[in-house]
Amino acid sequence: MSILVYIRNVGGQLKKQSLELTAYAKAMADALNLDVTGLVIGTITDDELNKLGNYGMSRILKANDEKYNQRVNRVYTRIVEQAVKEVDAKYILFPDNAQGKAIAPRLSVRLKAGFIPQVLDLPSSYEPFTVKKRAFTGKAIATVTAHTGRVILTPMLNSFGLRENAQDLEIQSFEPHIEEPNSRLELVGKQLSEEGVQLADADIVVSGGRGMRSSENFAMLEELAATLGAATACSRPVADDGWRPADEHVGQTGKIIAPNIYFAIGISGAIQHVAGVSGAKCIVGINSDPEAPIFEVADYGMVGDAFQIIPELNALFKKHIQEDK
Amino acid sequence: MRVLVCMSYIPDTTTKIRFREDNTQLDDTSIQWVINPWDELALTRAVELKEDAGTPVDEVEIVMVGGVRCEPILRKGLAIGADKATRIDVEPLDAFQTATQLAAYMQGKDCGFIVCGIESGDYNEAAVGGMLAELLDYASVSSVSSVQFDGVTPIYQRDVANGKEQVKVDGPAVLIVQKGFARVPKIPNMRGIMTARSKPLDVIPAIQAEPLVEFVEYAAPPSKGGVKMLNTPEELVRSLSDEAKLI
Repeated sequence: MSILVYIRNVGGQLKKQSLELTAYAKAMADALNLDVTGLVIGTITDDELNKLGNYGMSRILKANDEKYNQRVNRVYTRIVEQAVKEVDAKYILFPDNAQGKAIAPRLSVRLKAGFIPQVLDLPSSYEPFTVKKRAFTGKAIATVTAHTGRVILTPMLNSFGLRENAQDLEIQSFEPHIEEPNSRLELVGKQLSEEGVQLADADIVVSGGRGMRSSENFAMLEELAATLGAATACSRPVADDGWRPADEHVGQTGKIIAPNIYFAIGISGAIQHVAGVSGAKCIVGINSDPEAPIFEVADYGMVGDAFQIIPELNALFKKHIQEDK
Repeated sequence: MRVLVCMSYIPDTTTKIRFREDNTQLDDTSIQWVINPWDELALTRAVELKEDAGTPVDEVEIVMVGGVRCEPILRKGLAIGADKATRIDVEPLDAFQTATQLAAYMQGKDCGFIVCGIESGDYNEAAVGGMLAELLDYASVSSVSSVQFDGVTPIYQRDVANGKEQVKVDGPAVLIVQKGFARVPKIPNMRGIMTARSKPLDVIPAIQAEPLVEFVEYAAPPSKGGVKMLNTPEELVRSLSDEAKLI
């Protein structure tokens, strides 16, 4: 028996979250005396996959066929289902991101397996299976049990951290048998995004609010983001006014993210906004108003003029990163 | 073409979340219920498509799983512009139970596509849309940020890791939508509010369906240590690198 980890394949590259997910699975596996098997779909090299051995993975099933490079949720679900049966997995782990959300609920129906997303910690019990998850957009933590034979989890980023645990890794090719679907999904167009860090994957996020005063002023946030290898984001009014694209909106009705550092610059910190970043490890608030509610949730705060502070910060971080090298 | 919008209701964002009965139940005594914000965006766009004579969408129906307390929410959805609302009469215990009820009602029902908001602001599971698609054996298109029409064929735009894709499906699909599908929710006007009173709101009995998971207890999140105020950018860089060890 195994714990099966769904490994996200982004154009032949692994993401750090897959390493973290593997480390999480290994901790469960050690408690249960199981091993950790990964499943990866689409073309990717063994060299890239070998990184996973450092975090506790001992086997990878590789559905290495370019016909799977285009994600079709229904097909991916069936590939994972067959892998589950192949390794007799009782626990199946997905990343808590768009791809995990697209496939894991479908799989839950196929397997009649309890689905527990937004998991915050390792399970507190295995009989019955019990774990804590995020609820009410960060305003509560729920304890959830599943009595089903199999359980599907999506642990949140930063819930566990990277822990190395080297294993001998065996990579096997895996050929699922997929029957023709009822309805076919056909790609009719594609635009690759410009170079830059994707918000959902970013370790560091530089976010601006109304306090930035105009869309032009976001250039300095973009510069800071480039220095830090960060993604840019914004508050709701900024997106609604068209200063920034709608997909950069972080908050209750936008994206919900959990980076290591979230810079909230010129963002007052309304509850609807904070709901989108309550999973961040560290929030830095920079605001001209010392009474701004962002300082109630921030780890570090600075009161002052963002237009002065940001260029100075950018220069200091550049120097810091240079010295680190 | 009929569009079905799955709608959920959640405590208003500014509501304080409390629990009762040894922290096993949500204390709903002072909660103001609102349409789940992502579902509100989904409904807004569906109504815009219906009002646009250039699209084949001519009917929008809201479907909700919930007790009688959610009827004012359904009336608001009708005021925004849906033609019809259906309430499946049960308070669901988990996402699977919700999806099972929706699927039982939607199975075989003529529709172009079904829309679900990406997640709900109460349990944040992002599960119902995918489960519903699997129960109906439909395609699911997730992270959908817009829908356009090529004649009568809907073209769905979805966000993927390295960009955007446009896809079409030869049959009904479940769309799991996010912000961008509509930018801001439509506010009902007076005429909408008046006509909503006479629009059909059907209540149908739930089918037997067991949940897959059980919520046994709730707790408040651990409180943060409090903010450390810094005076200079140098202090901030030092704190993030030496103290927090994040840079």
